[in-house]
Amino acid sequence: MSQAPFETVIGLEVHLQLSTNTKIFCGCANVFGSAPNTNVCPVCLGLPGALPVLNHQALLSGIKVGLALNCEINSFIKFDRKNYYYPDSPKGYQISQFDFPVAKNGFVMIKTDKGPKRIGITRAHLEEDAGKLVHDNLSNCSLVDFNRTGTPLIEIVTEADMRSPLEAYDYLNTLKLTLEYLGVSDCDMEKGSLRCDANVSIRPWGQEKFGTKTELKNMNSFRAVKVALEYEVARHTQVIQSGGKIVQETLLWNDEKAMTIVMRSKEHAHDYRYFPDPDLVPFHVDYKVIDQVRAELPELPAAKLERFIKQYALSEYDAGVLVMDQSLTKFFESCVEHYSQPKKIANWFNGAVLFEMKERKLSLTELKLTPSHLVELVKAVEEGVVSNLAGKEVLTAMLDSGKTAGEIIKEKGLAQVSDDSALLAIVDEIIKQNPTVVEQIKQGKPAAAGFLVGQAMKQSGGKANPKKLNELITQRILNA
Amino acid sequence: MSISKKDVEYIAALSRIHVPEDKLEGVAKNLSDIVGYVEQLQQLNLKDVKPTSHAVPLSNALRLDVVKPSFSNAEALSIAPEAKDGCFKVPLVIE
Repeated sequence: MSQAPFETVIGLEVHLQLSTNTKIFCGCANVFGSAPNTNVCPVCLGLPGALPVLNHQALLSGIKVGLALNCEINSFIKFDRKNYYYPDSPKGYQISQFDFPVAKNGFVMIKTDKGPKRIGITRAHLEEDAGKLVHDNLSNCSLVDFNRTGTPLIEIVTEADMRSPLEAYDYLNTLKLTLEYLGVSDCDMEKGSLRCDANVSIRPWGQEKFGTKTELKNMNSFRAVKVALEYEVARHTQVIQSGGKIVQETLLWNDEKAMTIVMRSKEHAHDYRYFPDPDLVPFHVDYKVIDQVRAELPELPAAKLERFIKQYALSEYDAGVLVMDQSLTKFFESCVEHYSQPKKIANWFNGAVLFEMKERKLSLTELKLTPSHLVELVKAVEEGVVSNLAGKEVLTAMLDSGKTAGEIIKEKGLAQVSDDSALLAIVDEIIKQNPTVVEQIKQGKPAAAGFLVGQAMKQSGGKANPKKLNELITQRILNA
Repeated sequence: MSISKKDVEYIAALSRIHVPEDKLEGVAKNLSDIVGYVEQLQQLNLKDVKPTSHAVPLSNALRLDVVKPSFSNAEALSIAPEAKDGCFKVPLVIE
């Protein structure tokens, strides 16, 4: 593959809504989907004299995110006003953090085909979300709902460390998984709980100075971020190769047309005139608080992956599939508690159970499978009560009916026949019918027995224990 | 420091305030006077004074994460010049 003409440089900003009970600076409920303008108060509406007070839990969540992203937590933090006029912000400014954010200088490790790569985290700061605008072109007006105003956000800003849209995509997935483990947000992009803006530029290989960047907004999935970045890299390349210049501007991604569109309202360069918010006094974050939050951090995905590989002797693939979702890891570990055959359980889980989840388009919880029920099935297969194939049939029936493996095996008569006398009749019949194969086995080709086992299985209606069959066939022929 | 007419135009645009052409000169002079007054501080010897962002000797004012009652929709909209569908109605803004 020939090398791309330019090197791509990408930095990302992720806004994450924190799922606290209340908003960041007032006691209004922090919930999604209420009737418009029913979770608002003087602080949300920016009424004169209203005083914002920081939500303790929002601060703790901010510290938690900072620690999970390997950041330093600032011992002194403050809030600043970011001034801009837009109807989604009734005060005429957004309360954000300028020079003393809650966290700085962290990193996230991603996997690339050249090995692990470190993506630097410049900073993570707390701020308030803005209101929601609905544009009503017919009535020539816009409607403002201030319920979202004051929802706690943490903005996570990376260094310009990513070198391809794929790296950006991988970073986002890694970040999201970490944030999900922390339980500080539902991370639901469809609800807007997690939003991503991207800065992208290109430069000739070997050049240190960054090229002119464009900022991309309005991508509503990680896939859209990747596609938008690919589009923008191609556009930059084409502009520069045809002798043009990239203009620094903000672009909106249009998913339907699969292209970027210039934002019209941003003619002026940003000039937010940040200054310390006099309504919010500064904060000293005690190291004891930081230690406490650190002690309460859950086991994060990378550590869990490593532990699953070591402790349960799982393959990296199997461990990786489980770690992608916390509910899967909990289920798995609960199964292992019931039955200490982690590899067997992982095989069943990552194979048949995930297949059923996909087929039925259900989450693990919705599947209504319990760890003890799955273990009963895995045991039945391992102990030779049912064949592997029949086991899958049993699982399907379990999920359809809610019955246990034992009940279904009995009902459907799926138990393998391991009883010698019952099997010998079939074996003798098969030996009689296949003299040529028998001759081959006698001449020292034991692999040929597989054919006879298959025939015998068919004869038994799939109920015979294949291991037992193989044993009996070989014995019968060689001892004849 | 003196504030030029151009500065006034720029700041007025940022603040979404309309300053008529014939008032620019006067506003520029007024703002220059105010900034000049504050500039007297520069003459003080502040070598041993730490930078500060707040004048009040308070820190760590925090609130428990407990829900308090909000306005009803009618209360919230009682201050709206115009309302529609439970929302504040404003002139159309298109991005």
